[in-house]
Amino acid sequence: MIPAAFDYARPTSVDDAVGTLADGGEDAKILAGGQSLIPMLRLRLAAPTVVVDLGGVNDLRGVTDDGNHLVIGAMTTHDEIMNDPAVRSHAPLIAQATRTVADRQVRHMGTFGGSLAHADPAGDLPSVTMALDASFEIAGPSGRRSVPASEFFVDYLTTAMDPGEILVAVRVPKMSDSSGWGSHYEKLNRVAQAWALVGVAAMVQRDNGTMSDARVALTNMGPRPVRAHGVEEALRGAPATADAVGAAVAHAAENTEPADDVTASAEYRTHLASVLTGRAVRTAASI
Amino acid sequence: MTRISLTVDGVRYDDDVDPRTLLVHHLRDRLGKVGTVVGCDTSNCGACTVLLAGKSVKSCTVLATQADGSDVTTIEGLSGPNDALHPMQQAFHGCHGLQCGYCTPGMIMAAVDLLADNPEPSDDEVREGLEGNLCRCTGYQNIVRAVQQAAADMRAAAPRTSQSADAAQEVTT
Amino acid sequence: MTVTEDQPGAEVGRDRRRKEDARLITGRTMWTENINLPGMLHLAILRSPLAHARITHVDVDAALELPGVVAAFTGRDVADMQGSLPCAWPVTEDTVLPGYPPLAVDEVRHTGEPVAVVAARDRASAQDALEAIEIDYEPLPVVVDMEDALADGAPLVHEDAGTNKCYTWVLDSAEAGTGGDVAQAKSDAEVVLERRYVQQRLIPAFMEPRSVVVDPTGDQITMWSATQIPHILRLMLAMSTGVPEHKIRVVAPDVGGGFGGKLQVTPEEFIAFAAARRFGRPVKFVESRSETMLSGHHGRDQIQDITLSARRDGTVTGLSVKLLANMGAYLGIVTPGVPVLGAFMFNAIYKFPAYRFECSGVFTNTTKTDAYRGAGRPEATYAIERIMDELATELDVDPIELRRRNWIQHDEFPFTTVAGLTYDSGNYEAATDQAMELFGYHELRREQAERRESGDPVQLGIGVSTYTEMCGLAPSRILGQLRYGAGGWETASVRMLPTGKVEVITGTSPHGQSHETAWSQIVADRLGVPFDDVEVLHGDTRTSHKGLDTYGSRSLAVGGTALVSACEKVVDKAKPIAAHLLECDPADLEFVDGQYRVKGTPGAGKTLADCALAVFTAHDLPDGVEANLDADAVVDPENFSFPHGTHLCATEVDTETGQVKIRSYVAVDDVGTVINPLIVDGQVHGGIAQGIAQALYEEAVYDEDGNLLTGTFVDYTVPSSADLPDIITGRTETPATGHPLGAKGVGEAGTIASTPAVVNAIVDALRPFGVSDIRMPCTPERVWQAIRDARAAREGSDRP
Repeated sequence: MIPAAFDYARPTSVDDAVGTLADGGEDAKILAGGQSLIPMLRLRLAAPTVVVDLGGVNDLRGVTDDGNHLVIGAMTTHDEIMNDPAVRSHAPLIAQATRTVADRQVRHMGTFGGSLAHADPAGDLPSVTMALDASFEIAGPSGRRSVPASEFFVDYLTTAMDPGEILVAVRVPKMSDSSGWGSHYEKLNRVAQAWALVGVAAMVQRDNGTMSDARVALTNMGPRPVRAHGVEEALRGAPATADAVGAAVAHAAENTEPADDVTASAEYRTHLASVLTGRAVRTAASI
Repeated sequence: MTRISLTVDGVRYDDDVDPRTLLVHHLRDRLGKVGTVVGCDTSNCGACTVLLAGKSVKSCTVLATQADGSDVTTIEGLSGPNDALHPMQQAFHGCHGLQCGYCTPGMIMAAVDLLADNPEPSDDEVREGLEGNLCRCTGYQNIVRAVQQAAADMRAAAPRTSQSADAAQEVTT
Repeated sequence: MTVTEDQPGAEVGRDRRRKEDARLITGRTMWTENINLPGMLHLAILRSPLAHARITHVDVDAALELPGVVAAFTGRDVADMQGSLPCAWPVTEDTVLPGYPPLAVDEVRHTGEPVAVVAARDRASAQDALEAIEIDYEPLPVVVDMEDALADGAPLVHEDAGTNKCYTWVLDSAEAGTGGDVAQAKSDAEVVLERRYVQQRLIPAFMEPRSVVVDPTGDQITMWSATQIPHILRLMLAMSTGVPEHKIRVVAPDVGGGFGGKLQVTPEEFIAFAAARRFGRPVKFVESRSETMLSGHHGRDQIQDITLSARRDGTVTGLSVKLLANMGAYLGIVTPGVPVLGAFMFNAIYKFPAYRFECSGVFTNTTKTDAYRGAGRPEATYAIERIMDELATELDVDPIELRRRNWIQHDEFPFTTVAGLTYDSGNYEAATDQAMELFGYHELRREQAERRESGDPVQLGIGVSTYTEMCGLAPSRILGQLRYGAGGWETASVRMLPTGKVEVITGTSPHGQSHETAWSQIVADRLGVPFDDVEVLHGDTRTSHKGLDTYGSRSLAVGGTALVSACEKVVDKAKPIAAHLLECDPADLEFVDGQYRVKGTPGAGKTLADCALAVFTAHDLPDGVEANLDADAVVDPENFSFPHGTHLCATEVDTETGQVKIRSYVAVDDVGTVINPLIVDGQVHGGIAQGIAQALYEEAVYDEDGNLLTGTFVDYTVPSSADLPDIITGRTETPATGHPLGAKGVGEAGTIASTPAVVNAIVDALRPFGVSDIRMPCTPERVWQAIRDARAAREGSDRP
């Protein structure tokens, strides 16, 4: 299958890109790595009039350390991120989850920002950014703004970005082993290549045998990633034991709206949410 | 039309392309590189895998324009001088790592990329490393063996290669 | 790249590296899609979005206005010339055979059915123009489920047929005189098990999507197609369109897998043929993967109601099988016959005395089904091997022991089965013993007991599958009795070139099976020529004018036998010439190691190459001897061949998530004499992978409106290397007795054996929970659900 015809622009700066996008009007579409967009174009599920390729904007690429945060450029590829020393040491959850995204070839082209802006609820990285309390740096015609992860993902394939806006970078608080944080991303899929039926991103801070803090976010338990606040509350201050985790996971599916579709029933997803939350938390807490 | 310049299997090509042209169609239809094939339309099967700037990509999920200015290596550019087979090609032959052969170009390119990252993988690492390539004939068993064979052959050959690289450097300095 | 060996000798049995590889590993392969011809037009096909509808209005004018578009047409435009797609296997006298227009004319009956065609200068323009075609549909009621389709008042897929039942075919051993009466067996039985098994719908998913190129500009209309069956395709094009057969040439160039999925005469081939004739220009149609999945034929899709009668000592006394087989909306080339092939295999390796098989074909508003690797035999083997495990559980007997009590002993061959076939040879004991040893059967049973004891959340299961299958399709006489429209013979030709090199022409049509290598090995031995001196030609009706192509694990058992026969003829024809060259009596000559020598006289003789040169110059031939060493042979097998084997699978089942991991898999197959062990193992690996895929991963799902929900590789989950286990293969060799090669066929064995091995292993792991069946594919969700349901049922029954 061949995409429908479109005009193509390859700006070289963020400002150019914002301008080009504005010129393109409503049916302009941003091309990041293209690993989600191009299959949609080929199947003609998307037919933009203009494609704005961000591949030429060098400012959008790379990981920088600004002290308390890592700033991950939106066009940094999955492959670059999972091999980046700063990401591996200060945000190991991202590195580990990214290794499970799609396959090698897709990770070579696909980008961190592209995955997040696509906001597929079955994508692994949105829940990871939720668990990390990351914030999203966005550029648009009226300047730049920052949106917390908790507000970025709005609905199925929908984010808080306006049509004329571009995701520039994601700021991730540094949370690593040295500060007592452990992390793990656990998912279950039908075959290696498939999207997660359910995924769980867990961050647990250990302090002398107790779990002093915890953040848990779920993939594919609704049209957007969700924080499992009930689990977090139950874990916070609890002893780092399997029993404590076992009790907490009962809250895993609270406030979720899992889909009931050809790949899995809502009931099964609900069950998986608690099983996988238990596994993710136990691994993150080294239990 | 957008002007692009690619170096494919060592030869530079400058072309005007319709922006919607997929890299694989540019390779096949414009440049005659029909060794690279298309097996699906959802980026699952990996039959179209080539190296773009040295890394494996699915050329059906890359616009030709995205590859502008880059080096592309296809299955047709893998052989050395005088058509000497790449160790991975040799190993696929030696281990019967192919039957119908349709997935083979992509599989070989993906495997070459995998070993560039991990020259001494476990069987599980080979299996996971090739998760983006589907084969319907072999059950992957002999593909895994072929990749391991190639890895062993390439490791055995590596010291000589680095020596010759050193030697070459000495000549130039 | 290939090893050159000057010494002729034992090629058969060697693990020769393949001749085919040189082009395939370097990207120099001739796929149909690679063919480009001057002036060629690219076709795109508009397909029905509805599963059942009347076409009330079609307008292609707007498409014609678009740049690059040369022509567009609909079914009405070509109604007189497009022909009707053939079904070659009406299994009963009263089989309903609906018309099957390649391009729908008035009505569509499944989603994806072709309704209009655009021809353009390039593929992108052709695809763009599809969006400009206006079609109005009047939706008609849809029926997808087979049991719904047979209910009173169901919507009819073919209104004029008056029914959705295509046929009912029965084999009853009491009526056929091959055994007793199943009703009697049931009433006499100490144990009766009744089970329903569902063979989900599968998609063959060969890696090369279908494509076709047609050139009408020569004296013959030439079609290149990604097909398994170039010869049958030519015949069907001629018979269906009225174009004389000798004016059609069909070429199957390199073909990227088939697995039965390219054993078809397709609407797209007929549409391209009609388009090329209409325009007088070459045309090309390359299908996308999603089109292939939507409209290429599917496989399996049966509901199996099985009744097994037995004594408490484990002796099976009768089997009754009632099948519903989903035909889809139309009949493909062998659609009705696929489930009927299974009729001969439900009795498997067992010698029970009473058997009844009844199969009804059912039309639904879905893509047609047809052959998929195993075709009828995997379904049968699955059902019998599943229910044998149920009987073992019921009687608390080890599943292997139960099979031993029922199988045909090695000294009982030849054995005429309750289904009427005569198994010529086999040794089930030997294969099973070897498999148990490779597997570590008893150790794994011990570990299983430990895990059960400790309540491990990951339970271990052991699955057994002992199977046989009928290969070497097929004796023409039997095909005739089954009302199949063709014979089952195969051809081979050997051409001796003046330099002593050999060209072999086979009527089989390989698409991954390595015929070029295996045929060369056979010829090298038979003619005493080096392996590298043999070229195997196939798949072009201009060079290979006659053949019945490749499917049903027939190529080696039938085509290979023809090859042996042709080689023998060459040896016989050269003998008087060699005698003339050696100035002796032909009766005094023997042909050994590629040389004609006077019997008992060592030293220099004459080779076939010497004779070939003598024939070429023809300066000095014996009187009355034709200047020709070439030979053709046609072989019609007298019987099927019957590979068999024992597969053992160990699964680890995560009882919390339902996820299944195959921990180990052992396959011991007896495929008779092995020509090339490397190739045989490869076939076994691939077959097992497809069988595991049915057990665990794949299912084509339609919604109630007839939309295919699994129309891409995103939703139709073909396993990758990361999803499949390493396989341990073993082998026993009990030669087939019906032909000189002794080979039985190996293409389908792995697929047939592995599916029940895997499912039996999963169920075995979960027996302590009370689980006795899980519907395929055994997804994590289904496994989890089965555990939950069984627990709930047990808790319910435990309540006072």
